[in-house]
Formats: sequence, C-alpha cells, structure tokens
Amino acid sequence: MSTRYLPYVLILPTLVFLCAFFLYPFALVTRQAFGTGDGVSLDTFREVTSYWKFPISLQNTMLLAAAVVPVQLALALLMATMVNRMKKGRDLVLYVWTIPLGISDLAAGIIWLAIFEQSGFLNSMMLGLGVIDRPTAFLSYQHPGMIFLAIALAEIWRATAIMLVILVAGIGLIPKEYYEAAEVFGASPWQRFRKITLPLLRPSLQTALILRVVLAFEVFAVVAALGGTIFPVLMGEIYAYQFDLQNGGAAAALALIVLGISIVFTLIILRVLRVPKGATI
Amino acid sequence: MTEALVTPQSARSVISAGRVVYLTAVVLLCAWVLVPLYFLVINTLSSPATVNSFPKPLIPEFDLGSLRFFAGFGGMLDALKNSIIVASMTMVMSIVIGAPAGYALSRFEFRGKELFRILILLTRAFPLPLLALPLAVLFIRTGLDDTTFGLALVHTTLAIPFAVLITYSLFSGIPVELEEAAWTLGCTRFQAFIKVVLPLILPGITASAIFAFVISWNEVFAAAVLTIQSRTLTAFLLQTLGEAPMHLKFAGGFILVVPALIFIFAVRKYLFAMWGIANR
Amino acid sequence: MTVFTKFLCASSGIALALLGTAAQADVVFWSTQARPAEEAQAMRDNVLAGFSGTVDYQPNEDGPWLTRLQAELQAGSGSIGVLGALHGGFSALDPDTLVDLDDLGVASSSDSFNALARLGTDNMQYVPWMQASYIMAANREALQYLPAGADLNALSYDQLIEWAAAVQAAVGEPKFGFPAGPDGLRHRYFQGYLYPSYTDGVVRTFASDEAVAAWEMFRRLWAHTNPASTNFNFMQEQLLSGDAWIVWDHSSRLANAFNERPDDFVAFPAPAGPTGRGFMPVLAGLAIPTTAPDQDAARALVQYLLQPETQIATLRATNFFPVVEVELPGDLPPSVQAAGAAIAAMSGAPDANPGLLPAGLGGKGGDFNRIFIDSFERIVLAGQDIRTVLDDQRPRLAAIMQETGAPCWAPDAPSEGACPVE
Repeated sequence: MSTRYLPYVLILPTLVFLCAFFLYPFALVTRQAFGTGDGVSLDTFREVTSYWKFPISLQNTMLLAAAVVPVQLALALLMATMVNRMKKGRDLVLYVWTIPLGISDLAAGIIWLAIFEQSGFLNSMMLGLGVIDRPTAFLSYQHPGMIFLAIALAEIWRATAIMLVILVAGIGLIPKEYYEAAEVFGASPWQRFRKITLPLLRPSLQTALILRVVLAFEVFAVVAALGGTIFPVLMGEIYAYQFDLQNGGAAAALALIVLGISIVFTLIILRVLRVPKGATI
Repeated sequence: MTEALVTPQSARSVISAGRVVYLTAVVLLCAWVLVPLYFLVINTLSSPATVNSFPKPLIPEFDLGSLRFFAGFGGMLDALKNSIIVASMTMVMSIVIGAPAGYALSRFEFRGKELFRILILLTRAFPLPLLALPLAVLFIRTGLDDTTFGLALVHTTLAIPFAVLITYSLFSGIPVELEEAAWTLGCTRFQAFIKVVLPLILPGITASAIFAFVISWNEVFAAAVLTIQSRTLTAFLLQTLGEAPMHLKFAGGFILVVPALIFIFAVRKYLFAMWGIANR
Repeated sequence: MTVFTKFLCASSGIALALLGTAAQADVVFWSTQARPAEEAQAMRDNVLAGFSGTVDYQPNEDGPWLTRLQAELQAGSGSIGVLGALHGGFSALDPDTLVDLDDLGVASSSDSFNALARLGTDNMQYVPWMQASYIMAANREALQYLPAGADLNALSYDQLIEWAAAVQAAVGEPKFGFPAGPDGLRHRYFQGYLYPSYTDGVVRTFASDEAVAAWEMFRRLWAHTNPASTNFNFMQEQLLSGDAWIVWDHSSRLANAFNERPDDFVAFPAPAGPTGRGFMPVLAGLAIPTTAPDQDAARALVQYLLQPETQIATLRATNFFPVVEVELPGDLPPSVQAAGAAIAAMSGAPDANPGLLPAGLGGKGGDFNRIFIDSFERIVLAGQDIRTVLDDQRPRLAAIMQETGAPCWAPDAPSEGACPVE
C-alpha cells in the first residue's frame, strides 16, 4: 500500500468512530447554543457570560488548574524517576501510586469530605495529637483559601496517577545505556534528569500534560463535595444550566467556551513541547 | 558540591544520606496515597454510630453491617457482570481502534494531522452528560439502547483519546531506524510492526488498557441514561448513594473501588514489560 | 505478551458471548424519589413486591432521569412504563408527553393537589403519589438553651435566633444548620418559609420592604449558623455527626437521624414571623409517558400505588405520607412519627400560613429557584446590600412571570394573568 494513503487508513477507524459517537451528537447539541430556529445568534453566549457567577467560576477553574497541574507534573515526574531507579519492590510501589486511578471522582469527593469536614478525620487526628482542643470548620465560607487548598490537595491526590502512568510507560523506552554513559562522565542525577530524561520523555510529557489539562477544566465532583456552593466551577454551571434550568442552549454555549479554552491550551502545549517526527534516540 | 572534591568516605555517606532521603520520599508518597484510602476502609468497616462519631477512631472495628447490606441488595451481581462486560469491550475496542491512529500520528506527516489531534481531544473536552440525550435517541432508534455493547461504544469514545495519544507518544519514542532495519531484512511494513514495534509498546498498551477500564468502570451518566435492564454497577450503586446514610455511602464507594484496584494490580507489571530498548 | 494477549482475547470473547442479554417485560418504574439505597430496597421488597405484575424499580438522579425520558419521547418509543417525580419535575415537562389519567379512578383526597396535577391543563397529567413537608429538628442537647417562655411547637423566628445564639454561647460554636449546599433545598426555605412568614407572599412581595426585613432576620440567624452549611445537603448527616444541633430540612432528608437515634432528636414546626407560620408541602406524583410500552400494566401499577395499603407501605419505605384517606397504624418508624407530629402541629397552628408549590412555571422552575438562591448567595454569603440585590433581581423575576404567564399562588393574592412583582 502506498505510504501516502497509509496514515489515512490507519486513522480511519478512529475517525469513523468519533464521527458516529461524538461529532454527530456534538453537532446536534452545539447547534442549540447558536439560537433556536433560523439564523445564527450569539445571544446565548452573551447570556451565560453576563451571569454574575460566570467570571467567578471561570477564575476558580483556571486558578485550580494553575495550582494543581504544575504540582502534579512535578510530582509525577519525581515518582516516575524514583520508580525507574528502583530495583526491588518496583511493581508494588508503582501499584500503590497508581491506586487513585481506579477511584471515581465521586468516591474521591466522599473520601476527602470525610477528611476535611468538621467531625472528620483531620480534626480527629489533630484533636488526638493535642494540637487543637475543639474541631475547626475547615470548609467554612469564611475561609475560601482553606477550601481552595482542600480541593487542590484532593485533586492532586486523585489525578496525579494519570500522568504517572503515562510517564512511566514512556520512561521505560529510554535506553539504560544513556544513563550509564552519563554516569561514567560524572553527570549528577539532576544533570542526567535534565539532559536525558526530560528531552527524551517529551512525547509522553506532551500527552500527559494535554490530557491532564483538558481534564482539569472538567473538574466537578470533588469540587462540589468540598467547595459546596462557595467554589463554583464552570462544569458545575454547565450542569446547572442543563439540569436545573433545563436550558440546553446555555449549557452547550458554556461547554463550548470550556472547549475553546481547552483547545487553546492544547495548542500551546503542542507548540512548546513539539515532538519531531519519528524522534531518533 | 562537586563529586571531584569529596573524599571516598564522605562520598559514601553522601550516597547513603541520599538513599535515606530517597527511601523516606518513597514511603511518604506511598502514605500520601494510602492514608485517605485507609480512612475509606475504616468508615466502610465501622458501624453507623461510629461513622458519625467524633473524634473518629483510627482503627477499623470490623463491623461488616454496611457491606452485608449490599450483599443483600438486589441486582448487584447482574450489575457487576454488566460492568465487567462493558469495561472489557471498551478496553479491547479502544486499543484496537486507537493504536493504529497513534502509530499514524507518530510516523507520518499528513494533511489534517493537527485537526485530527484536536478532534480526538474534543471528546474529552466536552461534557458527556450534554451528549447523552442525542446519543440515547440515536441508540433507541437503532436498537443499541439498553445493551452492554451500546454502552461500550460510548465508553470507547471516551477512552480513545487516551489510547491514541499514549500509543502515539510511545511510538514516537521508538526510533524509526529500528523498523527500517527490519524492512531491509525482508520484513514487510506489517511484519516489522508486529515483530519489532508492537512488543516495545506493550507498556503503552497496558497503560491504555488501564485507562479504558477505569474510565468505563467509573462512568455514571451515560450508563444511567443508556441502560435500564443491563445497568452497570456504577450506575446502579451511585444513583442510590447520594442521599444514603453515611455508612452506606462509604461502603458503596468501597465496593466500587475494589474491582478497579484488582484490575490494575493484575496488569501492573506489563507497565514495565520493556525496560530500555538496548536491553533486548 | 502472550498472557496479556490471551487476557484481551478472553475478555473480548466473554464480552461477545454475553452481548445479547434478553430483556424481560417488566414495568419500568423510573423515579427520582426513594433513591437512597435503603429506600430503593424497601420500595422493591415491601411496596412493589405485592403488585400482580413484575416491576423494575429504577431510582435515578434528576439529570439522568430527565435525559432518558426526553430521549424516549424524542425517539417516539421507549421502555419506561411509569414515572415517579416531584411536582416540579412534571411541571417542567410538556403536558402532551404525559398520558391523561382522569379515567384511572384514583386521585388524591386533596383538591389542591389534584389541581396542581393538571399542570395548567384540563386533565390530570399525573396522579398525586405521596407528600411530605419541610420541618425543623433539633438535638435534645440543645433544648436546655431554649429561651425562657419559648414553646418548641410555637416558636417565633426571634426566639429561634435567640436560641441559636444561646447554644453558640454555651458550646462555643454555631450549631444552627441550613442545607445551603449544591444539592440542598435552600430555595424552598425562601419560597415557602421565609417569604410567607415575613411578607405574606412570594412573588408579589419579592422586593418589598417586608422582604428586606425578612433577609435582615435571616442574616441574624446566619450569624449563628455553622459556616460549613454551604456544604450541607442532607441535614440528617450533620444532626448525626453533631456538626449541627438545630436544623431545617425536608422531612425525608431528616429521617435517618430519627431512625438511627430516635431518642436523641426532636422534630418541631417551622417558626413563625410577623405574617404567620409559613410552610410548604412536598408533593410527588406518578405519570405515564406516551411512549410507555405497556399502557395497561403501567395504569395498573399507578392504581396499585394509590391503594391505602400500598400508601402505608410506601410511607414506611420512603417517609413520604399518603395522599389518600388512610388509617395510619401505630407501629410506624420513629422518623415517620416525629415528622408526622411536627407537620400536624405546623398545619394545625392558629397562625399557619401555608404556601403552595410554585405552579404554572413550566420549564422555568429552575430559573425561578435561581432567583432565590442568587439572592441568598449575594445577600448572606457575599454580604451585599439587601435593597440593591432585591431591586436587581426584581426584573429577572418579573421576566420569568411574564414569560410563563403563571398566575399567583398562595399566599400571594390571586392575580388576573401573570403574577406581578410589585
């Protein structure tokens, strides 16, 4: 088969699949965002962006992503290199670190609420250690900073494993000889990490970052459990339009805005972490 | 401090100090993951009174009442079976469909490549609950409604971005020279792929499989809308947990977590199947 | 590799083998009520088991419930036989998608419920199924701080604030609890309790001076409210954990507390304000979508659910009270006894000022709720000026009323045409 058509043949199954089960419903849904009946209008977009909670939820979503994703990236890289060096117990440690992957965001919300609520585990432990003499309300609306911290911690706990697994699979492809040679020349672990691991891991880093960033804009269940009504995020507003207000057009319009933000960030990551074709090692 | 300046003895102590830091970090990171999970176990194995008490105990009292309630909860086994079927089909379909696309993205420059990549990501950047209505209408009209296969199709759509992008990033890490060498030795492109490349991306396939499995396992909304008789465990349980008393919330959450953990445990070592190309 | 391949093949093989699971001809009962695991189980075992046919009871969150129903209606065929939902869930639907149920021979013993069930048409679009209300509950520990001379069954809002303040002073932390979380029913408090008690209206009086006084009162109460209330959705959880001692919520969202520790809690009527003791019912109904596969079986199931014995079994299972005349047995669960007494005291109080459920809002019910929730968040949480917020929300509320043309409902005075915001 000619090389010219081969890539199209290879992507065809995915394309057909996505057209049937994503693009088709997507087109139907997004059509609502541009007004009912005839003519295209941006009224729905104006409606959702002029709602007083829109700037707050946009800001919250962005801030949370900005706080969580870099920490997760650093943590996942650290964990991946640590597990890479490991001789004994590699399987087990990696398994433990990937456990949060199997936990749905709803379950993660339940778990972290049990930690942070007033009669929760954190207060129980602090009381047991004598740090406090009466439980404090961590998740009170008077301390939005504390709520933000709790949500960020829960998100870091829940979703770092997504990046870890991708990076671990990628790091395995880096030939050991590179590290051995670097060691012979006296490169420190930090130098080896910067000069070998980071550049060669670029494809996996790109994938991990893109997926994580896109998912970070979709954050909802954990935030709802810990932040209640104090920390509105875009995805919560989308669901409110769709199900509480039964305003499909507004929900679709807001979802398209989130989609646009995701695409912008994806393009930035693609540009910054450009991967040469068929990278040679 | 540079290594040239340190004496052999202090170098050794630096190494062992580094080792201590390293091991501490491993232990701390393990604890970071496990401790919240341990709280879930405590609350699952506690009586309703203890779940609501304060201060909370840090040792479970092994009260099986909450778990026993779910053992007698009608329809659990059927739902579990459906969940496993849907997750398995999702796993297979997403890899079989997604991996070729990942290969194409890594090996070829073609028109529309960027567009294709963005399209793949769109599926993850648009909330599924909005898409569920037109999908359900489509499924009811085509007879896919209320089948495990129909639900697996939707879950595969969610898992495909992971499969495509992960396999893409790993194919990109495999030198094209390796394949070219196989071609010069008389392999066809297909044979070279099967014999040389495929074994190398086993970790990536495993990673994709894990993602596909847990995505399908934990997906609630489409499962709740698209299935009635063939409900998955997640849809079946989560619908009933929102307002349930606390002890059942924890026990239900625990029951949902366990199968996913067993699955990850079963496939974890394939994440390391390849350890440096030159070691082959 | 080989093991892994085998694993993949095996799992796909199993999957394909099990692909065609046979569907049975059960009546699918698609409900937003009786969702909690224990209630769902009780519905299946104790309520529906006595029906002559087989019923597949499927409780769902509101989102999937509505999405699935809309899909079946759009596709023109489906598997849902009977719908169970709150009045608000049905009023958002197009009445043409529901089968008229006048000839069923069953209805509620309350004419106002039956009127609501017509959804603005001439025919019964749903049949009232069960009812409840929102009540107050308290931990018995809190009773010692009741202000002198206060009668628990006839509290005023000023006494409630005084009480909550006394508890806070004694314990050192605010112990009033309010369901202001994302799934909490806070809007019903403002629509059915705060506004009727202070303004003798909901829509007409939305931005009145009396409404300003009402919000000022609520701010004073909020000063003694557990600040984590913005996370509270089901007050039974905070009653049981002790995070809140005095709470307001839907009676079935308090039931677990009474059933788990009946001796620790008391239920009592909502307090009264200057214009009486405002309160609001909760009404759930049963309907049959036009796409129901077996209309006769669905009708038989609705009839079965309205029988007195079934209504009592439903009461035990869900903590919702019957809508038909029944003789209540003496051995009901603690939650039912407590809530029943509180609701009876509330509706029988001399200053009772019952409000009706919002009617005629159609699909705008959510927007209507949002007016009140936004006012709460801006006035109480963000501390904005009450007059400014109410004046800002007034045109939005007026627009909803104009668009839907919904006439006033009690306690607002009746209107010709759309209910005006004065």
